[in-house]
Amino acid sequence: MAPTLDEQMHISGSAEAMLPRAYAIRRVKRETADTFTMEFEPVDGASELTFAAGQFNMLYVFGVGEVPISISGNPANPQTLVHTTRVVGTVTKALGELKRGDRVGIRGAYGRGWPVAAATGNDVVIVAGGIGLAPLRPVMYEMLAAREKFGKVVLLYGTRTPADILFRKELEEWRARFDLEVFITVDRGSPDWRGNVGVVTTLIPKAPFDPTNTLAMICGPEVMMRFTINALQKRGVPAEAIYVSMERNMKCAIGFCGHCQYGGAFICKDGPVFSYAQIQELFGKSEI
Amino acid sequence: METLEPLLAAHPFFKNLEESFLKLITGCASNVRFEAGEFIGREGANADHFYLIRHGQVSLQVASPSRGAMVVQTIGEGEILGWSWLVPPYRWTLDVQAITLTRAIALDGKCIRAKCEENHDLGYELLKRFTQIMVQRLEATRIQLLDIYGTHA
Repeated sequence: MAPTLDEQMHISGSAEAMLPRAYAIRRVKRETADTFTMEFEPVDGASELTFAAGQFNMLYVFGVGEVPISISGNPANPQTLVHTTRVVGTVTKALGELKRGDRVGIRGAYGRGWPVAAATGNDVVIVAGGIGLAPLRPVMYEMLAAREKFGKVVLLYGTRTPADILFRKELEEWRARFDLEVFITVDRGSPDWRGNVGVVTTLIPKAPFDPTNTLAMICGPEVMMRFTINALQKRGVPAEAIYVSMERNMKCAIGFCGHCQYGGAFICKDGPVFSYAQIQELFGKSEI
Repeated sequence: METLEPLLAAHPFFKNLEESFLKLITGCASNVRFEAGEFIGREGANADHFYLIRHGQVSLQVASPSRGAMVVQTIGEGEILGWSWLVPPYRWTLDVQAITLTRAIALDGKCIRAKCEENHDLGYELLKRFTQIMVQRLEATRIQLLDIYGTHA
C-alpha cells in the first residue's frame, strides 16, 4: 500500500528520504519549445507516490544529477506521477532527451503545498506566470473535483508569447466552463493572437473576486510575484490570504544541507509554499 | 432625455467623483462604437478624446520597421483608453485599433481641458486619476521589459 502523506512526511525526515526509487517514463508530451511533460510509473516494486498539490520531487537523471521539479499531475491519481519541466540546465536538458521506457530516480514528495483546504468557502484567485502554472495545476484539479466547496475560482495566467502557453488544451477546456474564470495574457502578442497583451498584474484590477473573502495562490518568477502581491493588496487582499511558491536551489530536499535556506526557514521543508504574511520581511530582498 | 451621467458615475474611473464634477464632464461625453479592425487613434495624430471602454477590446500598437505592428498592450471593458489628450502636444503616442466590436464613451479632450482650466479642482481631481493610470502603464511596461519569463529570470 502506498504511504500516506503523514507517513511520507515521516520518511522525509529520515535517511530513506535520500534514496531515489526507480520510475519509468510512460509518456512524454512536448508542451512548448522549451517545456515538456512526463508521466512516470513506478518500477522494481516501488510504490506509488501520494502527494499534495504544490509539493515537489527530486528527479535524478542517472549519471547526470538531480533536480527539484514540482508535481503537475492530479493528487487524486497518484498512480501516474506527472512532472512538467522547462529546460534550463544540464539535468533538465538531459531529462528532456529521455524517451518512453527510460528510467529515472525519483524521491519525494517533499515540502508543504498549497492551502487548498483552507480556501474552502472563499473565492480563490490563482495567478501563474510562465512555467509557474505547472505547480498550480494540481490545485485546479483538486478544486474542480470539489467545485461546490469554493466561491468564485479565477485563474490568471501570464506568459511570454502565445507559443509559450502551457497546457493549452486544458486551459481551453477550463475557459469553456461556466464555474471558472480564466484569463490569459501574453507579454508579446503575435499577428494571429487575438487575446490579452500585457503583464499578468494588469488582469488583477478587473478580475471578478471579493478581495475580503479571497485566498490567492501565486507561482512564477519572484519579480512577477512581487508585482502581483502589490496588485492584490491594492485590491484589498490581506497578506495572510496570499500564498506564494518560492524557488531556490534544493539539494537534499529534507532540510539538512542548507542550500535552500531562506532566513530562518528552508524552502524545501518549510516551503516551497509560504503565506506572504510569513515571509514579507524577507520577500524581495536580493541578499536573501 | 437620459444623459450619460449614470454610465459615467458607474465607471470605476469616476468612483466617488463629486456630482458637480460629473455633470461638467458629462457635457463633454458621447457614445461611440468602433468596428473590429477600425483604428481609434494613429501615432502622431491629434489625440482629441479619451475613452471609457464599455464593451470590447482594443490593442495598443507600436509600428516597427522590421517587424510590423507590435501589440504592446490590450485594453478592455471597464478600462480607460488614452491619456495623450492631457499632455501637450496632445498627440497619440501609439496606434490604437479595435480588436473586436467596441463600445465606449468618448470624452472630448479639448472640452474637458477647457473645463479644467476654469475649475482647477476638477483639473486636479482628474489629474490624480490619470496619473494613477499612467503609473500603472509605466509599471506594466517596465515588467514587460524585464522579460520575466525568459530563461535568464
